[in-house]
Amino acid sequence: MAHGPATLADGWGKYISRWVFTTNHKDIGTLYLWFSFAMFIMGGAFAMIIRAELFQPGMQLIKPEFFNQMTTMHGLVMVFGAIMPAFVGLANWLIPMMIGAPDMALPRMNNLSFWILPFAFAILTSTLFMEGGGPNFGWTFYAPLSTTYAPDTVNYFIFGVHIMGASSIMGSINIIATVMNMRAPGMTYMKMPLFVWTWVITAFLLVAVMPVLAGAVTMMLMDINFGTSFFDAAGGGDPVLFQHIFWFFGHPEVYIIILPAFGVVSQIIPTFSRKPLFGYSSMVYATAAIAFLSFVVWAHHMFTVGMPIAGELYFMYATMLIAVPTGVKVFNWITTMYRGSLTFETPMLFSIAFVILFTFGGFTGMMLSIAAADMQYHDTYFVVAHFHYVMVAGAVFSGTAAVYYWLPKWCGRMYDETMGKVQFWIAFIGFNITFMPQHFLGLAGMPRRYADYGLQFADWNMVSSIGAFMYGGAQILFLFNVIRTIGWGKPTDDPQVWEGAEGLEWTVPTPAPYHTFATPPKVK
Amino acid sequence: MSAESKNPLLLAKLVALAVAMFMFAIFVLPPLYDLFCEITGIGGKTDGAYTAVAVEVDTSRDIEVQFVATKNATMPWDFYPIEERVIVHPGEAREVIFYAHNRTSSDMLGQAIPNVLPNNAADYFHKTECFCFNNQPLAAGESAELALVFIVDPDLPASVNTVTLSYTMFDITDRTLVQVSQVQ
Repeated sequence: MAHGPATLADGWGKYISRWVFTTNHKDIGTLYLWFSFAMFIMGGAFAMIIRAELFQPGMQLIKPEFFNQMTTMHGLVMVFGAIMPAFVGLANWLIPMMIGAPDMALPRMNNLSFWILPFAFAILTSTLFMEGGGPNFGWTFYAPLSTTYAPDTVNYFIFGVHIMGASSIMGSINIIATVMNMRAPGMTYMKMPLFVWTWVITAFLLVAVMPVLAGAVTMMLMDINFGTSFFDAAGGGDPVLFQHIFWFFGHPEVYIIILPAFGVVSQIIPTFSRKPLFGYSSMVYATAAIAFLSFVVWAHHMFTVGMPIAGELYFMYATMLIAVPTGVKVFNWITTMYRGSLTFETPMLFSIAFVILFTFGGFTGMMLSIAAADMQYHDTYFVVAHFHYVMVAGAVFSGTAAVYYWLPKWCGRMYDETMGKVQFWIAFIGFNITFMPQHFLGLAGMPRRYADYGLQFADWNMVSSIGAFMYGGAQILFLFNVIRTIGWGKPTDDPQVWEGAEGLEWTVPTPAPYHTFATPPKVK
Repeated sequence: MSAESKNPLLLAKLVALAVAMFMFAIFVLPPLYDLFCEITGIGGKTDGAYTAVAVEVDTSRDIEVQFVATKNATMPWDFYPIEERVIVHPGEAREVIFYAHNRTSSDMLGQAIPNVLPNNAADYFHKTECFCFNNQPLAAGESAELALVFIVDPDLPASVNTVTLSYTMFDITDRTLVQVSQVQ
């Protein structure tokens, strides 16, 4: 029998070495999850600063220059630091257990892909304390704002993006290799849990588009430092080219964020409906269709850039087409719940909220996809509201649901159900108070990314800020509940944990031992 | 085949995919974008120096050519066309003059970037001589008359009666690496 991991009882040196040199998928999953939560708190703190400044019109707390850095850093940290690593962490913990593999296929690369990530964000965050300040050009870093007019610290930003891109690519390669080569005998592709399916498709998206992002920042680096003119009209380049390249990465990126979230709720809803997932194979094909379509719709982010009418029409219709596979998924989740024996534990509450709010965000996305109407919505708070409905109520809610759902399996202790439900309702209400009014603000014409606004927007901004503080408070409660569970939660040793849970990860003992499936299980 | 022996090959393939996508972004997408704009005329990019070919001047059509001169944000020069609009027949070569004046006390280097509207006219607007083919050095206080010779192609789509040629003058004094061949 393999030896167990070093604990604090073995001394600090051994304990720290265990985490730094670990190649165990569960350890690395844990590291990813804690790192992403730390980034979530940091990005959340930036959001609180933004909402505090926008509480009233006029400049109260911070300077506009710093406000720009906050909006930029909030976006970058939440997308690349919080959401993406959180799902990589879930993948590390769950994919080997779900497919009956002893570990990830490439454990040492797994260690490297995690441990370069803190350095990327240390580099990125350190710019806030430098002369000239951090990146202030928005998370989409359009040239020439991010090249000709950028602060000198932009090179740190570029280097940070390179590192986090390398980390994502290595993590994805590992997931693909694990799923393709390490499945237990009998675990055919069409028997894999949907979380595994959505992640392997996500991983292919990541390997395909993270290098494009790396290419975009490399071209920026050369424009800034080596006199090339990729994005500089003075030398024959074209700033619009930057937008095309960025969104060629950026649109698949939004599916990279949401597909694993689809996978999570596709695991949770059947459990608490006590029914198998409705339309498993259509779910798989819908995921693949969404992934494919994500490559051919990028310019719907740039309808106002000055595109020929044929281009606008093409990108409009192609974008609308995405609603079809997404609708298939939503209907499958609803049909899974239909006539099931539903119970409403915290993970289920977050998953149902996910389905409702994500669909709402999808509908505002349909509105934005109408090229003619987008002229009005573009770069307003309507867009901010739209993507927070899909990113926060989508990705973050499903991540929260996943932690509540699998935490008992990970640590062998139950979380406090009442506290979980209280957190859910504060988060759900706080979220809607924050972002619902931003639709109204956007339709009324309030532009995004400004530190100040006209008096007519004052009331809804105050409401929005109050909701944001509520939502932020819910995350502190979440952190408290997780720590309380790990340290003092009610112990459980039921392998299945949830009555309706199905899948290989629920066949191993609770808490999950350090090494699982050293001999592969037989899958019927 | 065991998983251990399959992993290196799969790893190599996936790394190759990542490297290929990186190369695609840097070396394929920008030229592809330029090519796409050139074919469709989107962006109003004009071609380089044109060698005049003998064509019959189409006196039945009058094309109004308008000139717009703008300066990029920090460019301190005066820069404007002497004539703001001319009427030409397709096939006829015409010279027009732009005036540039460096009113700073330092020697500077400028570069004009052309753009043609409407988009479907870009391919039919030929320049046989243009100051925009080279960068423009102007000493402190110096002024210059910059010449442009152009021919509107007789194949210009019938729907186009007015062509607008716009130049933006950029300050490239600090940029020594700009290759003129990139700029037309």
